[in-house]
Amino acid sequence: MSHDSTTLEAAAIEVDSRVPTTPAARKRIRSGKPIAWKVIAARAVLIVVWLGSWELSARTIIDPFFYSQPSAIWDKIVIWFTKGTSLGNIWENMGVTLEEAVLGFITGVIGGIVLGVLLGRSTFLADVLAPFIKGANAIPRIVLAALFVIWFGFGLPSKVATAFVLVFFAVFFNAFQGAREVDRVLVDNARILGAGRWQLLRTIVLPSATSWILASMHVAFGFALIGAIVGEFIGADRGVGLLIAHSKNNFDAAGVYAGMLVVTAMALVAEWLLTKLEHKLTAWRPPVASGSAAI
Amino acid sequence: MTQSTPPAIQLRGATKMFATKSGTPFTAITDVTLDVAAGEFVTIVGPTGCGKSTTLSLVSGLEPATRGTVQVHGAAVNGIPDGVGYMFQSDAVLPWKNVLDNVAIGLRYNGVKKAEANERARDWIQRVGLTGFEDRYPHQLSGGMRKRVAMAQTLIGEPSLLLMDEPFGALDVQTREFMQDQLLDLWSGTGAAVVFVTHDLTEAIALADRVVVMTAGPATIKSIVDVDLERPRKVEEIRLTPEFTELYRTVWDSLREEVEITRARGASRVA
Repeated sequence: MSHDSTTLEAAAIEVDSRVPTTPAARKRIRSGKPIAWKVIAARAVLIVVWLGSWELSARTIIDPFFYSQPSAIWDKIVIWFTKGTSLGNIWENMGVTLEEAVLGFITGVIGGIVLGVLLGRSTFLADVLAPFIKGANAIPRIVLAALFVIWFGFGLPSKVATAFVLVFFAVFFNAFQGAREVDRVLVDNARILGAGRWQLLRTIVLPSATSWILASMHVAFGFALIGAIVGEFIGADRGVGLLIAHSKNNFDAAGVYAGMLVVTAMALVAEWLLTKLEHKLTAWRPPVASGSAAI
Repeated sequence: MTQSTPPAIQLRGATKMFATKSGTPFTAITDVTLDVAAGEFVTIVGPTGCGKSTTLSLVSGLEPATRGTVQVHGAAVNGIPDGVGYMFQSDAVLPWKNVLDNVAIGLRYNGVKKAEANERARDWIQRVGLTGFEDRYPHQLSGGMRKRVAMAQTLIGEPSLLLMDEPFGALDVQTREFMQDQLLDLWSGTGAAVVFVTHDLTEAIALADRVVVMTAGPATIKSIVDVDLERPRKVEEIRLTPEFTELYRTVWDSLREEVEITRARGASRVA
């Protein structure tokens, strides 16, 4: 081409100067301001004041039998992890709960995405199934856990089923909305460029719905854990939920708190992994959006 | 026009009506009859919202005509015809794909192997002057650069019929003129027919072999002005010539009335 050099010059001028070029600069923008030591110090003070006042009042005014105290909870956790629990090895119990939650999560997410996208793209199916889905969603689904224990017994399947019904609807509604709100121009453009139905789904609809689906997954994993634990409350032979139920039955408040902490730690690790996945799948998005959304 | 080579586009009494919420159908275009020969560059101008884009969607097969016939390369349009390229008014590049994948996607849809598609995409990226930006995502590019990605994405399929719906409308004047020149450059010698919708008369005349003026909605063809300016053209130079000014006056005389009708309607709606 005759004016190659002018083209490149113009291209160079046109580059948005606000776009950071080095990976380090990009990372700085993505994660927002670096956390100042003052913030960390303030958080530490908050924790010390909170736990300290709890411990102090448990030793003086309130009855630690009902409310427990941080030192007792810590002792309980240490015992669980060193000597084991009333139900055996703590890692085994965590593994059971995690397996139930993860299986329920995966099946629920897949089911939610498949049905959500299908109904999002087919007005006919959506019209036909809308009242049934609204009805099913209106059921307080946690009561199904009792039914699942009757159907599937005390083992793994009843908890996976409970986690599944909770996860499914959370993901379904987002996937449905995401598949509906695909930019019309993108769809038309892809059709003109020769995309078939399947290609349209894979290259346009799914990526566009991804932000919606990912947003629901954070909530959904929480639901999966709730499903697994409630399932274990109702009837199980192992798991952290059962451990908490046992502690409750023995009036062991420290045990309930300890179980709570263990589950919280599991949820936080899962949240961290999901955020990593989200960043990987939405690397194309302007960095400001994800940075400002983070708490 | 001979019998053996049918025109790239043949519209006969094409009419398009849309259903509205109030129940009375809205007529976007009515009785449009137009032939566009292969290799011809036709621009369509008309008042705002008169249905220029609707004409393109009929030809592209995205919307069926309510009445009349639409033919592309001698065959009735029924679905998207082969060899059609379409550049949209708004951004149609995929935000989740980088420049290289965006340009290559049409080839990938049509079953071209990845390596070959990428190689051809690189060639087109170079032709639109974006070499070095293959790995960037659209949000990292300026509006003008995104348009060039869209242009490469459309032209890589070597369309024999190129439909463009105010593709450069959102760009600043310098970028727009640069893009117009680039379009003429890339189009010359391809033998593709182009239908280019715009509201910018300078753009319409500078690019076209014929300028089609449409009436206020429901739109139909008011007049067709032949532009016999020499090619190859340089947009920023050609618009200073007396012939250009003369053509501008002719087109504007025809269009002014329609613009006034549209304005009066808008005013009465406000009042």
